[in-house]
Amino acid sequence: MPFADPTLVLDLAQYRRVVAHCYDGLPDEACGLFAGPVGDDLLPTGVVGEVYPCRNADASARTYTIDTGDYLRADRDARSRDLDIVGGWHSHTHTEAYPSATDVAKARALGPNFVFVIVSLKRAEPAVRAYRIVGDEILELPVRVEGL
Amino acid sequence: MRVGFHRGMDGKVVAMAVEVRLPTLLRPVADGSSSVSAEGETVGDVFRQLIGRYPGLADNLIGEDGSLHKFVNVYRNDDDIRYLDALDTKVADGDVISILPAVAGG
Repeated sequence: MPFADPTLVLDLAQYRRVVAHCYDGLPDEACGLFAGPVGDDLLPTGVVGEVYPCRNADASARTYTIDTGDYLRADRDARSRDLDIVGGWHSHTHTEAYPSATDVAKARALGPNFVFVIVSLKRAEPAVRAYRIVGDEILELPVRVEGL
Repeated sequence: MRVGFHRGMDGKVVAMAVEVRLPTLLRPVADGSSSVSAEGETVGDVFRQLIGRYPGLADNLIGEDGSLHKFVNVYRNDDDIRYLDALDTKVADGDVISILPAVAGG
């Protein structure tokens, strides 16, 4: 399947923070939020302005919920930089970096333009992939890490 | 802290004016705004006023049973309204109501 848009663009420091947070969260799933600019169409451009590691309120190896207080703090910081909360990441501790049935079910509330990054810790090297979930349809987005 | 209604300079009753911060998902139905001003005595009043102004918000803030939609978290300043009085939570002048989508999965 071809990639959809936008391309997610992070710098190396952001990428490392995202991945490190996933390892730090073991044995549970870890999660966080991304802030980035939106265009005149209110769609994310794909550029990541800031990453916000958050607590997994579920404290589970199988599910995650972004802690709401952490979301509030991220939202305030993003607004202070004129950025929107445009997506989030979470880890799959033992499965592939692909949206699970639970991911798809919960994505409905976030709309078709929220960017979901999944970090798989299944293998020795982490796999980082990005998606938008439009209804039941999973669209993969390219990920570019500048400096990697 | 003043809650409910108060009288403005001309003696007329004035409802509490609050700032409501909308998540990106809802900006398109609010003319693109990420932050709007609204009035009311409670969070529920404020939401109903916003829905009157922006009908596209109707399905996103209040569920069919009249309670807070389960896919949003709402803060009045630093407090999650679910731990206060939910939609009946009173608001004061200058309060910031933050609407945050529930982000979850597995």
